[in-house]
Amino acid sequence: METHKAKRVEIIIEAALESRLTNAMRKAGVTGYTVLPVKGGSGRSGEWNRSGQVTRGSGMVAVVCLIRPDRLDTLLDAAFAVVEPHIGVVSITDAQVLRAERF
Amino acid sequence: MSEILELAAGNLISPIILSFVLGVSAALLRSDLTIPEAVAKGMSIYLLFAIGFKGGAGVAAHGIDTTLVLTLVIACILSFGLPFIGFVLLGAMSRLGTLDRAAVAAHYGSISIVTFVAATSVLDAQGIASEGYMVAAAAVMEAPAILSALWLVSRSGGGSRGTVDAGLYREILLNGSIVLLVGSFLIGAVTGEDGLAKISPFIVAPFQGVLCLFLLDMGLVAGRGLRDSRRELGPGTIAFGMVMPLIGSCLGLIGALLAGLSPGGAALLMTLSASASYIAVPAAMRVALPEARPSIYLTLSLGVTFPFNLTVGIPLYTALSTAIAGG
Repeated sequence: METHKAKRVEIIIEAALESRLTNAMRKAGVTGYTVLPVKGGSGRSGEWNRSGQVTRGSGMVAVVCLIRPDRLDTLLDAAFAVVEPHIGVVSITDAQVLRAERF
Repeated sequence: MSEILELAAGNLISPIILSFVLGVSAALLRSDLTIPEAVAKGMSIYLLFAIGFKGGAGVAAHGIDTTLVLTLVIACILSFGLPFIGFVLLGAMSRLGTLDRAAVAAHYGSISIVTFVAATSVLDAQGIASEGYMVAAAAVMEAPAILSALWLVSRSGGGSRGTVDAGLYREILLNGSIVLLVGSFLIGAVTGEDGLAKISPFIVAPFQGVLCLFLLDMGLVAGRGLRDSRRELGPGTIAFGMVMPLIGSCLGLIGALLAGLSPGGAALLMTLSASASYIAVPAAMRVALPEARPSIYLTLSLGVTFPFNLTVGIPLYTALSTAIAGG
């Protein structure tokens, strides 16, 4: 089966910033993404767990999107403007997709 | 004094306080007890709807007067003003930086709706009536403190890299808790006693039981916060978490006397002024002041001030308001 090169960008960010990030991505032309709940974790700000949150302000979400490699910089510029001052992780991995026209 | 101690002792062995204590103990002992997130959210919606509806029905029964308008104006002034006191007091009592002080101050100008709900429950148990529109005062006090904190940061040159835009103001003013509280208050005011009678088996009878479970969850959250972040709070900061509610409650009492509230209404305004937010403000602070540490403001608000108000504050405010506003 034929596959096509793509980039998988995963952004873990505070839940309070979710709509700002997805708005910035849409403005940059990235309309396809998936938002996943994050159960818990540990990082520079210490351990946290979803069950211990009373406010959406202190939870985290993961925004995942697959894009064509030539659109990566546009996406990262838009996303980083939102993520930069906040707690979060941005990672990029090489991926293969089946239907290139969808990305 | 003996009356206050008697009230405090009576309050301490109530089911709601003991449920909270159970939650804190379970968290500190590292039990795996948890309330599922969706259940906690559901209980929060139930409590907000019930308290808003009952407040609205109370207003429908007793009518609107000038005290209502005066109370709302005073509530707004308190929420704007309390962060300034908190900011200065934290400067004197702690070594926190400008951004942390401003974020904490915002929490103490805003309100904790669960503390408010617990106070109404204590008043009901003691047969002390209060004005139904205190629910509206609670809604009014949610947001102004955030603006004061942002102003304090810009004035002090704190230099946050956060986002303060129209979206943030919309999120603050149309926060789900505020919309539900105000909306159910209006439904209660429109449908009145008849409306309340129709749904009272749902919003009156189970109220105390749901509140117990919700406070169990709050206890778990507060206990986990204390367990994980207590080292970040110095003695001065912890003392602030108990001194600031007393200052806020005194200003609330003055406001209640100026507005001409009943002893029950005065106790609720004192409670609102003494409580610290942990829903609307933390979310706003994460967006507007991302450098401020949640481990400071959330632990202080939830782990110190909330239990203080629940166990010592509410009985104290109730006794003081009965003695002063009732005289």
